[in-house]
Amino acid sequence: MDAPAPYIHWGFILISLPNFVLICVMVLLFVLALVAPFPSHGPKGPRDE
Amino acid sequence: MSDERAPVTIDPSAPAAQPVVDDATGWTASVRRRVEKTLPITELLPTKQPAYIGSWVYVFGVVTIAALFWLVISGVVLAFFGSAWWHVSSVGHFFNSIHFWSVQMFFIFMVLHLWGQFWGAGWRDGRAKTWMVGVVIFSISVGTAFTGYVVQQNFDSQWIAINAKDAINSTGFGGLFNALNFGQMYGLHVMLFPIGVTLLVVLHIIQVRAKGVVRPIDDPFQVTP
Repeated sequence: MDAPAPYIHWGFILISLPNFVLICVMVLLFVLALVAPFPSHGPKGPRDE
Repeated sequence: MSDERAPVTIDPSAPAAQPVVDDATGWTASVRRRVEKTLPITELLPTKQPAYIGSWVYVFGVVTIAALFWLVISGVVLAFFGSAWWHVSSVGHFFNSIHFWSVQMFFIFMVLHLWGQFWGAGWRDGRAKTWMVGVVIFSISVGTAFTGYVVQQNFDSQWIAINAKDAINSTGFGGLFNALNFGQMYGLHVMLFPIGVTLLVVLHIIQVRAKGVVRPIDDPFQVTP
């Protein structure tokens, strides 16, 4: 905990491993939110407005 | 069972009911009419939403609000007992951790909400002001997080404040915003910035409720004027 984080260095990109992992998790969460089925209740018509 | 109610009779000579006319004057009546027009109670507290709301993408905003709720609660507790408590006692560590992880969740889900609104072009159909208020909330939140980092009262906060002081001095704002001025940073962190964020979040929600959630870009039910 009391040591500097490892860094990833690709050309001009320099990012700490924890930040890189966090961004990957966020992207994964966003993609999952787009494709995962959302629970619904009751009959649905073409538009429940 | 028999229906014992008397049959309804209509007297053709009775005067017709007059429509209610709101002709009251003054700013109170004016504000009332404006609120009734722009945000009727059925829009403020709707019981039904369009079918396209059924997606996890629309959950990110409310999760951000939930994180903000716990941020404020844990922040009030931390402010009440002070740094000697949150750095030393086990209960203090617990609330310190709640505050820290709440802000992680707040920013993670605020950015996911931002991605959802950006790729869905959430500013369409008269919702530009809603988007702009969101931008301001994000900006103030960054300031709130920064002032929070420099008032932790540990070596980490001192290191951040000293480096930030040089960075802010290079922009010319060092005379107005001094990261080494603990009183200024603490006051901004516990009063001005969180109150600003909370009030703007309330305004943001009212804006969303007044206009409704934006239609998807490829909405097959889109009505073109």
